[in-house]
Amino acid sequence: MPAEHFPVLLAVVPLVAAPLIVVARSGFLGWAIAFAVAAATAAMSASLLARVTVEGTISYAIGSWPPPWGIEYRVDAANALVALLVSAMALVAMPYARRSVTAEIGQERQYLFYALLMLCLSGLLGIALTGDAFNLFVFLEISSLATYVLIALGRDRRALTAAYQYLILGTTGATLYIIGVGMLYLATGTLNFADMAARLDGVADTRPLVVGLAFITAGIGLKLALFPLHAWLPNAYTYAPSVVSAFLAATATKVSLYVLMRVYFSVFGADAVFRDLPIGPVLAVLSVAALFVASAAAIVQKDLKRLLAFSSVGQIGYITLGISLGSATGLAAAMAHVVNHGITKGALFLLAGAMALRLGGTGFDRLAGLGRTMPVAAFAFVLGGLSLIGVPGTAGFASKWALVAAAMGAGQWWIVAAVLLSSLLAVAYVWRFVECAYFREPPAGAPSPGEAPWEMTAPALAMTAAVVALGLHATPVLDAATRAAAALMGAGR
Amino acid sequence: MTASALLHPGVWLAFAGVAAFFLRGRARQALLLAAPLVALALLWTFPEGTYGRWAFLGYDVTVVRLDRLSRLFATIFAIMAFAGALFAIGQPSRLEVPAALLYAGSAIGAVLAGDLLTLFVFWEVMAVGSTLVLWSAGPRAFSASQRYLAMHLFGGMLLMAGTVGHVAATGSLAFETMRPDTVAKALILAGFLLNAGAPPLSAWLPDAYPEASWSGMVFLSAFTTKTAVYVLLRGFAGTEILVPIGLFMVFYGIVFAILENDMRRILAYSIVNQVGFMVTGAGIGTDMAVNGAAAHAFTHIIYKALLLMSAGAVLLQTGKRKCTDLGGLFQSMPLTAACGIVGALSISSFPLTSGFVSKSMISQAAADGHLQAVWMLLAAASAGVFLHAGIKFPWFVFFQKDSGMRPPDPPAPMRAAMLLMAFLCIGIGMAPGPLYALLPYPVSYVPYTPGHVVAMLQLLLFSGLAFFLLLPLLRRTLTITLDTDWLWRRLVPAAWGPLEAGLAGLRRATLGPARGLAERVAGTAARIGSPAGAIGRSWATRTMMLWVVVVLAGLLLLSYR
Repeated sequence: MPAEHFPVLLAVVPLVAAPLIVVARSGFLGWAIAFAVAAATAAMSASLLARVTVEGTISYAIGSWPPPWGIEYRVDAANALVALLVSAMALVAMPYARRSVTAEIGQERQYLFYALLMLCLSGLLGIALTGDAFNLFVFLEISSLATYVLIALGRDRRALTAAYQYLILGTTGATLYIIGVGMLYLATGTLNFADMAARLDGVADTRPLVVGLAFITAGIGLKLALFPLHAWLPNAYTYAPSVVSAFLAATATKVSLYVLMRVYFSVFGADAVFRDLPIGPVLAVLSVAALFVASAAAIVQKDLKRLLAFSSVGQIGYITLGISLGSATGLAAAMAHVVNHGITKGALFLLAGAMALRLGGTGFDRLAGLGRTMPVAAFAFVLGGLSLIGVPGTAGFASKWALVAAAMGAGQWWIVAAVLLSSLLAVAYVWRFVECAYFREPPAGAPSPGEAPWEMTAPALAMTAAVVALGLHATPVLDAATRAAAALMGAGR
Repeated sequence: MTASALLHPGVWLAFAGVAAFFLRGRARQALLLAAPLVALALLWTFPEGTYGRWAFLGYDVTVVRLDRLSRLFATIFAIMAFAGALFAIGQPSRLEVPAALLYAGSAIGAVLAGDLLTLFVFWEVMAVGSTLVLWSAGPRAFSASQRYLAMHLFGGMLLMAGTVGHVAATGSLAFETMRPDTVAKALILAGFLLNAGAPPLSAWLPDAYPEASWSGMVFLSAFTTKTAVYVLLRGFAGTEILVPIGLFMVFYGIVFAILENDMRRILAYSIVNQVGFMVTGAGIGTDMAVNGAAAHAFTHIIYKALLLMSAGAVLLQTGKRKCTDLGGLFQSMPLTAACGIVGALSISSFPLTSGFVSKSMISQAAADGHLQAVWMLLAAASAGVFLHAGIKFPWFVFFQKDSGMRPPDPPAPMRAAMLLMAFLCIGIGMAPGPLYALLPYPVSYVPYTPGHVVAMLQLLLFSGLAFFLLLPLLRRTLTITLDTDWLWRRLVPAAWGPLEAGLAGLRRATLGPARGLAERVAGTAARIGSPAGAIGRSWATRTMMLWVVVVLAGLLLLSYR
């Protein structure tokens, strides 16, 4: 029965697809294979999420070696949700990718692009599903190495520098993570997360644990672009190919956020991290700084993709803020924002890619008058922007509401104030786009482009529709996030 | 769901506004004029009750609550949207009137909202719509519109924070009468009061509204502050703190209007003054007071629009906005002058005008509640209103000296709009029955008793007398071109000096630092965030690594035990 192998197949299928694509050496075949794989992973993730919702945690022992000796894949309501977000985003990006990649990447390199995209997908799904700290590191490296190359494939030559910087920083992050894992291994003698959690209570000398936690926080903080470790992100997202920007923005940082949640809440436990150590306040302060500094920087950017990138740093701040509360409601709010912001940012980057295709770039000088030349894309972008602000009726509102309620529940009024005040900055950067698209004349002599081809517009609009649909019917995501939070806090403890 | 949403008068009007933005020519004009009338028809098609109930995040949302109070406000908003669209039909800006319909529609949506979340949504759309109206006046209004938007988004944020807290505490989104006894409810009240133009942030109103176009201010005067009055009546009727706040607004408006020279800024201060009466009524909170405040909001929208239409007509025809540059216009603009006078008499509560039948209800409520001081202050304020709006505006604009200008009356649609409003002013004043029938509570009040009429005439005649006796004083100052405050201070008699300095200081103290601080913060953010600044530029790899070290070391140090 293949269904019981879904946990490992999710990571293995794209991993195997990558060399297949390289062997095929054809852009079209590569795309077709990648499309099929993305569809398969999305279907498997959906079925897994449905199963864990009913049956609870699934443990899968690779090669039938029972944990903790063998590598365990452990699926619960939290990582099944993350896996679904990742694979669904991959699926939505695939129809879009054909036209966009053809326009942005040379014919002879397209098959490599799809192969790398599959490696990246495999890495992200592996990180999400594995229950083993070292296996997680391996998949972290797989996804990261693929990501560096994907970014470097961007048209702009600055993509090379961006990829290079991300390579150095990403490798540093992974190194810090593995040092941290080493400390934990030293203290507990196990690499299995669940086993580690069970043995932590018996550890007499807690110093290696505290040091390990600091290393993991810094390392994963780098990967998830926690302010001020975010500086690799704006350039990486700006100069990457459009599909890559959308895919990474929706998934890569989100998977890292999940890892942080897993380590904090499942391995160490909320009490150890947030009651005994100053992680909570540190995280909260850095998050609030992200809300204001990154959002303010977003306002004055001259390029739409760069604006979105800075906005991502700010929005990640909301998620880490939810984590920093250390409570079940805060964690649920953070999880909900992982999903809602992932979808929102994915939609916005897809739309920005459609604009880039028609206008040759996303500088604000090119976007002037977009409301007339590409009315559908411009309007959809505004809807997505409303979700960034957190306007009721969009996905962003539901998770921000949950976050504010959680902060109030914790009596943290300054966080409530920070969340609400920083929304005003989001208003300002979304307004930048509105003003440029609707209240400026198209630049003289510019070609009047018209909408992007439907293969690109349709996926972008589908995601925008999801943003609105999840805003109007927010309960499914909030319920899933609440279950995820319960799974994270309950697992192994 | 989409189809039935358009049966919501507010959503329909907002939607029609957006649609009109994309239309041209006759179709556009027809839609702009028909949309408010359709909204009015929709409003009266459905019986009282609640509509559009659904569950959101596990809370009950009620998009429409149609009862006497909400229908009264929605009705006058729709009438106002029609009159305003008629007045502004020749407005060359393509954006302004469609934005005004969006604004009016969201205001209708806000007063019909049955829960706090729906209210918040329409509240925010209203802020955006009104900013667009302001903004369409051109580059001159740009910075004012930004300050305006920032202020209202801040107010919306207070409302949002209060709503979340209230819901967290009570588990219900329902918008019913409450007391500001928790932080959350106080935040809601603060959000409401900001829109009403209450202290200490009254200044946003006279700062922004006069920067709108000749027709834009007509719309702006009607919706934002009156929506605030509605939510105060609905949510905080009988909250004592509103009485002193309202009285402060009444006198704040009078004092600044008397000192002011720009004709539309006079009328802007006068909005604060009039809304002060309504806020006081909300604070008294008896049936009579709520009736009076609601009726006064209804009549005020009409006569203030009329005053602003006549001021707008003057501005359009002459391009001048200062009293000192105007005068003698009655000769060539007789209709505008007549309509302006009708509006001025109404705002002064002259018998046989609409103001008389509404404002006296608030005073009566104060008297019935044995609020002696409040009643006295309201009576004194009535005289002040006559001084600043009832006489000062028409006298300096249409009479006074002969400025030599001979502009004609404005085009036909504008004349028609003014006549419509003037007709309503006098009609309601002569036959208040239909208005009284619309009020939330049964009305037993009879405005036209000999006592009321005589008392009001005495008040008005004596303050009129006072105006003309003091005219040399007022004129001597006004014949100087009053561009800056310091000229004022030097030339007015010594008694005025400290008072005026104090007021100017107050204004500077509230507005100046706030604006300066905002500009500094914005400037700093722009500098460091811009692609050349510390945050916005691409960091060198070593800078990134430095921060990694800082964060890691910080975590290790802080975790050290």
